[in-house]
Amino acid sequence: MSRFYRIVEAINELDKRWVFLVVGLAVVTATIFRLTFPEVPTEMVEAIYEKVENLPAGSRVVLPFDYDPGSEPELQPMADAFVRHCAEKGHKMYFIALWPLGQSMVAGVIDNVLREEYPDLVYGEDYVDLGFKAGNEGVIAVILTDLKKLYTTDSRGNAIDRIPMMQGISSIRGFDLILSVSAGYPGLKEWVQYGGTPGNIPVAGGCTAVQAPLLYPYYPDQLLGLMGGIKAAAEYEYLVMEGYPKFKERPTRYLTALIRMGPQTVAHLSIVFFIVLGNVTFQILRRRRRRMN
Amino acid sequence: MKRILALAIIGLILLVLIVRVAQGEMPNPFTDLEGFGIWFAALLTLAIISFLYDDNPVYKFAEHLFVGVSAAYWMVMGFWSTLVPNLFGKLAPGWTMSLFLSERAELTRDPLWFMYFVPLAFGVLLLLRLTPKGGHLSRWSLAFILGTTAGLRLIAFLTADFMGQIRGTLKSVSGYTPAAIAGGATSYSFETMFWDLIAVIAILAALSYFYFSKEHKGAFGRFARVGIWVLMVTFGAGFGYTVMGRIALLVGRIEFLLVEWLQVL
Repeated sequence: MSRFYRIVEAINELDKRWVFLVVGLAVVTATIFRLTFPEVPTEMVEAIYEKVENLPAGSRVVLPFDYDPGSEPELQPMADAFVRHCAEKGHKMYFIALWPLGQSMVAGVIDNVLREEYPDLVYGEDYVDLGFKAGNEGVIAVILTDLKKLYTTDSRGNAIDRIPMMQGISSIRGFDLILSVSAGYPGLKEWVQYGGTPGNIPVAGGCTAVQAPLLYPYYPDQLLGLMGGIKAAAEYEYLVMEGYPKFKERPTRYLTALIRMGPQTVAHLSIVFFIVLGNVTFQILRRRRRRMN
Repeated sequence: MKRILALAIIGLILLVLIVRVAQGEMPNPFTDLEGFGIWFAALLTLAIISFLYDDNPVYKFAEHLFVGVSAAYWMVMGFWSTLVPNLFGKLAPGWTMSLFLSERAELTRDPLWFMYFVPLAFGVLLLLRLTPKGGHLSRWSLAFILGTTAGLRLIAFLTADFMGQIRGTLKSVSGYTPAAIAGGATSYSFETMFWDLIAVIAILAALSYFYFSKEHKGAFGRFARVGIWVLMVTFGAGFGYTVMGRIALLVGRIEFLLVEWLQVL
């Protein structure tokens, strides 16, 4: 066997751990050098931005945070961007969680974004954390007709009737927007099926990349916009940055998804390289085997 | 020889880490709780990543710890956010407020408070699964859960998925742009109509592939083959998105290790 074929065979039988190592090194290198690439917002992301932007100040927005730390790197940038955008526009934010750990993610956003960046906003008047409720899609079905049946208190133990921004609200029907951040079941799909479609409430949101292909069919009729994974989060950050230039000042805080897209792109290029390499070596060896036969 | 080399590398890395901690360039796990938390999270991250090399006891420990903590957290959250306000709070508001919640909760007795004994009874029956003799009684609770879930899902599927999807598909070929549909405007786009027509043809082709009452031959067979291509494109998009999702998680952990733990950025 010639030296060329020995090399080709060695590549063809390359241990998968070398692939992991190269992808890992690509991510580490791109993270250290802070590689970033320009983002062009897609129509689906623009639709969400325009909806939030064009709602009048004081509009009521439900923010279901149905994810946990396992998907935090993908979803936290879009959750932060949604909350910043709503806060800038002066919308009333109603946080809900159908995942137990979603409540912790809500608490994190309230501490890191609302309290730090918007100290003038008042809990109970501008935003409220209704907390986690067990029951998956059943919770959505109930709060569509009678919110106070399930939510007697907020996540801090305050009586729901004592919260100013809950006055006169009996259900989520009539809310201006459901802006979900979702990592699976229950999540954005359930908000479309049990909240948006039967209640005729506009629904939009972001989801993990894995979920995105399953949610595309709902766009644009039942889902006015969809953000799939970190790429869409970067696009939304770009739009918020263009609309509110103050966010350009501290990119490591405000533009985390845009920063994370650099390592993402480099990792994808290395994976594409290995896919091409694997196919080329496979074809070379197949032709050789055919010739020998 | 390999083992000695590996041990030497690990020893060198540990030495560098100790020196950096001593010089205050990294969080100290022994002086404050935050530093300990960062070190614990970093070591667990490395333990999980070690699976990429091979299955090992350190990975198993991290995996079991994660599952155990998640299950416990789920139980505690369920108790405090659902059982306390929505069950105990309905049955005995005063007792619940004094024992579990503050007076701020202002729980009042529901006129139909006795109805909440039904979910309590079902919950107790479900727990009987854990007993050696009463396991069969939990079937009543399971039957109730299955029945209500099936009923709830059937209605949602028919309205949101079945009817909603057909309506959405046909509405899209009208030529109105998505933004126009969302905003109720009347702008008309031939380009949108063209691509939506392609989508409708793709849907019909994919459906025809799963239609087995007619043999896949002739024009129908060729159309069904188009459906296979549509499915392959869908799977490809799904794979691409999955890779993006997994890499995003890796980037998040690498960022944590470099920024918060090693503090080199």
